[in-house]
Amino acid sequence: MEKFEKLTGIAAPLPLVNVDTDMIIPKQFLKTIKRTGLGVNLFDEMRYDADGNEKPDFVLNRPQYRNAEILIAGDNFGCGSSREHAPWAIKDFGIRCVVAPSFADIFFNNCFKNGILPVVLPQEQVDILMKDAEKGANARMTVDLENQTITTSEGEVIAFDVDPFRKHCLLEGLDDIGLTLEKAAAIDGFESSMAQARPWV
Amino acid sequence: MTGKTLYDKIWDAHLVEQDEDGTCLIYIDRHLVHEVTSPQAFEGLRMAGRQVHAPDKTIAVPDHNVPTTAGREDTANMTEESRIQVEALDRNAREFGINYYPVDDIRQGIVHIIGPEQGWTLPGMTIVCGDSHTATHGAFGALAHGIGTSEVEHVLATQTLIQKKSKNMKVEITGQLPPGVTAKDITLSIIGHTGTAGGTGYVIEYCGEAIRSLSMEGRMTVCNMAIEGGARAGLIAPDETTFDYIKGRPHAPKGAQWEAALAWWKTLYSDDDAHWDKVVTIRAEDIAPVVTWGTSPEDVRAITGTVPAPEEFRGGKAEAARRSLDYMGLEPGTPLTDIKIDAVFIGSCTNGRIEDLRAAAAILKDRKLAPGVRGMVVPGSGLVRAQAEEEGLDVIFKEAGFEWRLAGCSMCLGMNPDQLAPGERCAATSNRNFEGRMGRGGRTHLMSPAMAAAAGVTGHLTDVRELMAETV
Repeated sequence: MEKFEKLTGIAAPLPLVNVDTDMIIPKQFLKTIKRTGLGVNLFDEMRYDADGNEKPDFVLNRPQYRNAEILIAGDNFGCGSSREHAPWAIKDFGIRCVVAPSFADIFFNNCFKNGILPVVLPQEQVDILMKDAEKGANARMTVDLENQTITTSEGEVIAFDVDPFRKHCLLEGLDDIGLTLEKAAAIDGFESSMAQARPWV
Repeated sequence: MTGKTLYDKIWDAHLVEQDEDGTCLIYIDRHLVHEVTSPQAFEGLRMAGRQVHAPDKTIAVPDHNVPTTAGREDTANMTEESRIQVEALDRNAREFGINYYPVDDIRQGIVHIIGPEQGWTLPGMTIVCGDSHTATHGAFGALAHGIGTSEVEHVLATQTLIQKKSKNMKVEITGQLPPGVTAKDITLSIIGHTGTAGGTGYVIEYCGEAIRSLSMEGRMTVCNMAIEGGARAGLIAPDETTFDYIKGRPHAPKGAQWEAALAWWKTLYSDDDAHWDKVVTIRAEDIAPVVTWGTSPEDVRAITGTVPAPEEFRGGKAEAARRSLDYMGLEPGTPLTDIKIDAVFIGSCTNGRIEDLRAAAAILKDRKLAPGVRGMVVPGSGLVRAQAEEEGLDVIFKEAGFEWRLAGCSMCLGMNPDQLAPGERCAATSNRNFEGRMGRGGRTHLMSPAMAAAAGVTGHLTDVRELMAETV
């Protein structure tokens, strides 16, 4: 997995609540058997009209946000389907950090598996970042995972919480499966005891 | 010492290891796999030279993008992209030696319908699937939830998941449901009450007299939409209704193992002195037949109500409501029963079981779809379809003007040829009314099977109780 340490980049504002995974990547793009190449279809129905032309008003189509690496969003971001295509599309577009007051559970987990940092902050602090993001390309924020801070373009520092294990995995770019396979003996032991206790499973 | 919730008990029974910071390794009893969220996971295994750790606990079925029309067993009749995924699942299932129900098997169907039907789903289990509606299996008192593709690969390789424990939430529905009110109205009303993020960070246990009175089909409908309320999982403690449903199913325990299993299952309930982090209580008498008006499952109103105005909401929801009304083409203040529909969809993992088809057929008997309304019934599995045909339900649907399809996810997510056209409005028994969910520009109103049937008959959203009165 790609490491996430420190990122300085443009933040795009998306002040909508309940942005669901069908909005992030509509179902017609789930037919891929790869993890890459979905960035062009990120937010497809918001980003393009029925003929495939860009909608100029959509934030990621505006010149100053086309290279955004951070997304600032509303409550319950990523709700709906478990499709990992959502974080794959976000990452493929070039966004490595999403900040919102809350995230849907499965999407939140999926981000960490793909080198994306989801940051939960209180609404007031998200509002500060949203305002900063609305300034456009001149507003470059810095997300520092090691120190758990986001610094606005005006130098305001906002601290955030992150699960220590997930932080460690992101900083080191660790693969979960490799870590778990180191515990193979414990898994085998569990299976042996379960074969006795609950043989019908 | 404080007692344990049902969730606590299942969690403790599956804990392989716990780190100091609370990160846990949880053993997974059943892993359900479908064609859309698994190809990358199997490819990952292959690239790393890894095997499926427990193929006998892994069950695969194609459901999301299979066509629901005749001739689909020949993959040449699928779109190229669907064919690639279905064929990939076929190859992966056979190569890794996992349990598999191919598209031409009568037991094929929506993964969350066939798991319980075949007896794979049992109380006290941990069950995962690369699909958010895995919560369905919670109806059996199993801890069941959706996972992403990276976690699918993790479970394939290790039969475990790295997890942190969620909080406990109790949702109690007291009393008895009034006539015409169903499990779907319960689950939509709960989401209307708590919001789509109300359950975030929690596992919900549904309890109370109204839940106890539900059949297994109804309980599955309730748990199915736990994810729509943001919860990691939904649970209902197993009881005699559960045990009766399971007994004799192909993969249910038999003989002495049945007795041993039953003894353990009977310990699976929340202790009286268990700690709840959040409690919601709703009186069944206060639940009416409901529909959704917007593009979030929390946009729920009683059918007797009107389309709300954005000003009724606060914060970001006001803007979201404005956007929803624009997408749905609705004006605030319009009576919900004035909303005309173009299509009816009966099916999905929420409402594609035999009881759902019976409820819809009861309304449709000797009635027809309103002129200009198209209808589609998609049974949740080949066996549900066969059962319905045995009961003559297919005849009722066909005589009413519905298409009688083969099993699959169909229009619920529109990954297959079954889709709404732009602007087309549908009364649907599925679980999500998101923008574009059933087809780009398509407009979805969620409701129960009986309500969807009633809307089909009148051509507009309808209080099913009026048609029930006519039937009597």
